[in-house]
Amino acid sequence: MRLTLRIWRQRGPEEPGALTTYEVNGISPEMSFLEMLDTLNEELILAGDEPIAFDHDCREGICGACGMVINGQAHGPERTTTCQLHMRHFADGDTIDVEPWRAAAFPVVKDLVVDRSAFDRIIGSGGFVSVPTGSAPDAHATPVPKPVADLAFEHAECIGCGACVAACPNGSAMLFTSAKVVHLNSLPQGAPERESRVLDMVGTMDDEGFGGCTNTGECAVACPKGIPLQSISRMNREFLRAGLKGGGRAD
Amino acid sequence: MAVAIRTDADPTRKPPGKPSRKPARKPSFIGSVWRSTVGKKAVMAVTGLIMLAYLVAHMLANLKVFLGPDDLNGYAHWLRTLGEPFLPHEGFLWLARLALLTTVVLHGVAAAQLSRRDLAARPRGYAHQRRRASYATRTMRWGGVILGLFIVWHVLDLTTLTVNERAEPGHPYENVVATFSTWYGNAVYITAMLALGLHIRHGFWSAAQTLGAGRPRRDKALKTAANVLAAVLTCGFIAVPVGVMSGVVS
Repeated sequence: MRLTLRIWRQRGPEEPGALTTYEVNGISPEMSFLEMLDTLNEELILAGDEPIAFDHDCREGICGACGMVINGQAHGPERTTTCQLHMRHFADGDTIDVEPWRAAAFPVVKDLVVDRSAFDRIIGSGGFVSVPTGSAPDAHATPVPKPVADLAFEHAECIGCGACVAACPNGSAMLFTSAKVVHLNSLPQGAPERESRVLDMVGTMDDEGFGGCTNTGECAVACPKGIPLQSISRMNREFLRAGLKGGGRAD
Repeated sequence: MAVAIRTDADPTRKPPGKPSRKPARKPSFIGSVWRSTVGKKAVMAVTGLIMLAYLVAHMLANLKVFLGPDDLNGYAHWLRTLGEPFLPHEGFLWLARLALLTTVVLHGVAAAQLSRRDLAARPRGYAHQRRRASYATRTMRWGGVILGLFIVWHVLDLTTLTVNERAEPGHPYENVVATFSTWYGNAVYITAMLALGLHIRHGFWSAAQTLGAGRPRRDKALKTAANVLAAVLTCGFIAVPVGVMSGVVS
């Protein structure tokens, strides 16, 4: 396959960036999108140019490190991560636009790499459960009904890749935050922090400069793990409930 | 690929793992609701639903125009005497006006503040544009502005009668006929009602999501309810100018 790539190049956080055009040859349909970029980078290095910086780690769709907007869609045309997107979904001779996640809360570090530590700070403010120290409890000590376990697991699938923020016209992190809140709030293990978790995580989300939700639904379309749009509604309910209960804090 | 992250060097970024929230002070419910994006959206949802309920009553009352001048004018008179003698003359009317003004202002202020925030959260768009959300979803902001301007015109036209040249106080039926006997009266009204339909189509469903009623298995029912409400209200309101234009109401 021969492809024309228009890739966002930016030397550093404060540097101006621009889409730069590259031609690549010899791409096989079995390659992943990242392998195609590796091929291009090898050519760039041989030519003495700076290779394109992009995040990646597991390359099997479970870590959430890779992420770029391909032809205007987060992770490209298939519902998967960029590492699991294969070149067979493109045609020979295509022109492909590759841009970094665009959100005020995700500043560009270099080329296609953005700083997603705002997500870490949301997690740090409530994405945990209190556990007794000492010996490990028996696995069956706390019964969890099957539907609840299924709901929690569906939301635990979130890998924090940030595609929801990248796809949202408001740069909102509601789908990410709701996945974390619903995951832990639906389980008995998460009950002690049920109110403070949602209030604190939403508070941190707002403080980090993410936009609000206008229910456009772009996030759920982009999510490689299929977190449903209605998770946001579940979190909204948790938020209003927690607010009415006084935030679960002692006076 | 190793990439230098600049977080440590940049003093404006908070260190990871440290929540920026001030802990352990019990926040007031109203204050925390208004401060957060989720809470402000809930204010928009509740005020939107109040206005929607009012619009259903307003639309049904408007249809009295087809029952003749006595029916509509009699209803308008009854509204002014409602609640007497507990309430003074027009007391109920002014309470309703005050409540509606509060909801409109809250809805508009919250929308403006959230919109400013949303636009700031995506300072740079994508070079590669692609298909976007539905027309109703995309036009919520400008549609809301259009509806706000329409409300101003509508009050000046049929409540204060400032811009209605042939109007007489106390004769709503005749004033309605006067408004819809002009081309611009019809054009402004029908345009606004189409904008209203679009606003409700996304707004009702969105309000349900915001207030925590959204569930995957309930989604279709909520969307259907939003479409039905939008269609019924738009058609119900537009029936009046169409009635005047076609001569059914004169």
